[in-house]
Amino acid sequence: MSDYSVIGKRVHNIDGTEKVTGSGKYTFDVVLPNMLYGKILRSPHPHAKILKIDTRRAKRLVGVKAVVTGKDTLGRKQGIWRRFPELCDEEILCRAKVRYIGDAVAAVAAIDEDTAEEALDLIDVEYEPLPAVFDPMDAIKEDAPQIHEGVELNININRHIEWGDVDEAFEKCDHIREDKFKCSSQAHVCMETHDAVASFGHNGKLEVWTSSQSSYYIQRLYADMLDMNESDIRVTNRHTGGGFGSKFELDSAQFCAAILSQKLCQPVKIVLTREEEFTATKRRTPMYYFLKLGAKKDGTMLAKEVRVITEGGAYTAMGATALYLTGFFSSFPYKYPNYRYDGYRVYTNTATTSAMRGFGAPQSTFVGESQIDMMAEDLGIDPVEIRRKNGMTPNYEVPGQAFIQSCGLHQCLDKIEEHIEKRGKLPPNHGIGVSAYGFMSGGIFNWFNTPYAFSAAVVRINIDGKVDVYTGTCDMGQGSNTTLAMICAEELGVRLEDVRMFSGDTGICPPDLGAWGSRQTLMGGNAVKMAAAECKQQLIEFTAAKMGVNIVYDLDIKDRWVHLVDRPERGVSYFDIVKEAIRGKDGVAIMGRGHYTPHRKGMISPAYSFGVQAAEVEVDPETGRYKLVNVTTAHESGTVINPVGIEGQLEGAIMMAGGYGFCEDQPMDEGKILNPSIADYKLIRSLDMPETDILEIDTYEPEGPFGAKEAGEGLTNPTAGAIGNAVYKAVGVRIYDLPITPEKVFKALKEKEKQQKKAKK
Amino acid sequence: MKKELKFKVNGQPYEIFVKPKTLLVEVLRDLVGLTGTKRGCSSSSCGACTVMLDGMAVKSCSVLALQANGTEVVTVEGLAKGNELSPLQRAFLDHGSYQCGFCTPGMLMSSTALLTENPRPTKLEIKEGIDGNICRCTGYNAIVRAVTAVVKGEYKEAK
Ligand code: FES
Ligand code: FES
Repeated sequence: MSDYSVIGKRVHNIDGTEKVTGSGKYTFDVVLPNMLYGKILRSPHPHAKILKIDTRRAKRLVGVKAVVTGKDTLGRKQGIWRRFPELCDEEILCRAKVRYIGDAVAAVAAIDEDTAEEALDLIDVEYEPLPAVFDPMDAIKEDAPQIHEGVELNININRHIEWGDVDEAFEKCDHIREDKFKCSSQAHVCMETHDAVASFGHNGKLEVWTSSQSSYYIQRLYADMLDMNESDIRVTNRHTGGGFGSKFELDSAQFCAAILSQKLCQPVKIVLTREEEFTATKRRTPMYYFLKLGAKKDGTMLAKEVRVITEGGAYTAMGATALYLTGFFSSFPYKYPNYRYDGYRVYTNTATTSAMRGFGAPQSTFVGESQIDMMAEDLGIDPVEIRRKNGMTPNYEVPGQAFIQSCGLHQCLDKIEEHIEKRGKLPPNHGIGVSAYGFMSGGIFNWFNTPYAFSAAVVRINIDGKVDVYTGTCDMGQGSNTTLAMICAEELGVRLEDVRMFSGDTGICPPDLGAWGSRQTLMGGNAVKMAAAECKQQLIEFTAAKMGVNIVYDLDIKDRWVHLVDRPERGVSYFDIVKEAIRGKDGVAIMGRGHYTPHRKGMISPAYSFGVQAAEVEVDPETGRYKLVNVTTAHESGTVINPVGIEGQLEGAIMMAGGYGFCEDQPMDEGKILNPSIADYKLIRSLDMPETDILEIDTYEPEGPFGAKEAGEGLTNPTAGAIGNAVYKAVGVRIYDLPITPEKVFKALKEKEKQQKKAKK
Repeated sequence: MKKELKFKVNGQPYEIFVKPKTLLVEVLRDLVGLTGTKRGCSSSSCGACTVMLDGMAVKSCSVLALQANGTEVVTVEGLAKGNELSPLQRAFLDHGSYQCGFCTPGMLMSSTALLTENPRPTKLEIKEGIDGNICRCTGYNAIVRAVTAVVKGEYKEAK
């Protein structure tokens, strides 16, 4: 692959200098002339009727310009599963009822934040508290309070996936395990909280600057909620201070800012506080997991049955997708000939659960990888071996679901085995746990019901040969602009510094579904590559005509040199050709268009990446405290476009996924999140961060641009399972519910001691 | 009642009238207009608002503006000399020590303060130096590698 001139090189992110100098503008930094500041009043009750809202006192406060409630909206409900109106269930500004502590009931615009804050205290809301339910296991009971009208047993949505004959297969198994697990919630904790500056003009058009992962989704959802034409709404995503799955649904900052601005025809800025970020935005879906796994003596796994009940929180959001994906990825990365999944998403009076990096797969991987280790132990087989025996291979069809082309799982297993062998005999109370995973490269499903191509791009070459790329993709920090610019430069035969990116602005970029489900490199990349190829074709045709090349020769462009492929020394400068070609086109810049929508690629994703991770922990058996010593990951993501980017994704994923396994949690009391601050929400800081090593495996994905596929989100999947398995290897206790805290390890150690003593007697 | 605040920011003297309760971060962002300094929590626990005050790293969300009277403040905008980036800024670029970039100004200020105080920190000391700064994107190790490279003299100070 070394004949690439841009791809695979270690480069600076194209927006790097803005980030290290502090000059990059985030929505957080946007200030417009005549701008007001907004604040949102939220429900203190987990479940209550709104009897009356009196805003008169607030409106009289000097400096307050507008106060709005649900009555000022059209009363529509938003949802990202737009194909299913019954799943569009979130008003954002509640009119009759609140369903969790944090539901928005009113919003204020004032001359500054302090005044807006003060006005919130002057809004009188009369509630009639209703019985509430917090745990999905309680919410599905006959006598549980009903959270949404007409939704029986509070079941928001269910999903079923099945292939083979599971019941018959279990009959043939030599050994069957049944296990229960519980996966906790997790907060995204983007360093930039949700924010928006919305500006309605007297011309009836809306402009919004917002920190987001999908400008197109936000634009479309605004259009639904405000009954406007999409094209009258311009959503611009500047630098975004992190997303991780939290920023592609219309949120309260965006909606309230727009409603307020509509009233006043003045720009309104709303920035959620850190506490609101923890309590009133969405979060990772907690899940109860029931697993049944059957295998032959030799470790061949014949059947798996999975039942899941998820805590949905108050609204559907993207939680329905998480329910589906956790079911699909529960079969990963193994070849189960027989498989059955039943998942139920249940409404509760808690903050809504939705998408978060990994999207249901960190949960399924934690439980699945824990259980497969237990199965291996039962059968007396090495953990790496059992994974090898059952692991997916290239060109494998997940029956009726998906087709996997490239797959480097077995090479990853080999590398991790080598790593463990090299580590040799471990010091006492150390353990290495292994966990394997796979993940998708963008979803095929279109529950959002977009009529557009999933990804699209326009490439324009200006008179000086410099290249502008317009794409609706969003760079939220994952570096997609750099990756896409590299793809464009490689395809077109120019240098990275020749390319300028315009992304995430619905006013100038073609729609793209945005940065979620690991879709930007493959889908956005294919669109950009196609657009660049169209430009290149025009330049090549022009050059061929101008040079009078014998038609048996092919031409190509590399490093700004348009030349004969077989005789590279015969060519002309790219810059000269661009000038002349534009003149030859009556002064029209060279333009190319590209798009990508997966067709005939199964139901889930056009491509999958795989990896195996080994986590080493050191446990103090006296206290249960443990340290993450090292996390080594063998990883394959097709052709590596941006190696610095991949390393960053990997290490960052370990911080987040390690946190999921190790310490992050959102304990609640009667629906109230008890740790809504960075001081109280424990996450991995620099001192807790383990050593991280990456072993990159070479694969090539035929469906991806230059052979590339997903890299970064899937890495959130394996770590919790690897930690669980490592703790077990170190001190022999198995933790079934996340996070694996020292307290739980300590308790389990005590319990184990008790059992051992009993056994001796 | 507003009071006068006289201080220097990145070498430039300012005289500003502020309310007693105004925070340093508010003055820097809203009145001086330097938005490189971020806010991630406003309660002294994320480090996004870190600046240097007379050479020491402080969280500007937990310092009253008037406490900065008579001091010299350096923000991320003050790290480069003209068009020359500081060694740490260049090292951050090379090592991919940022992703979304929202924590980066704070990280740079904490590391700059660390190296001012202790030009040869160990790896553990570097980790301690940035332990008050949360980064949700990078996993910290790339930041530690960048600081280490500067400590090893791989990046020379601009003249
Ligand atoms: S904003 Fe000051 S420490 Fe978080
Ligand atoms: S780069 Fe995003 S928080 Fe550090």
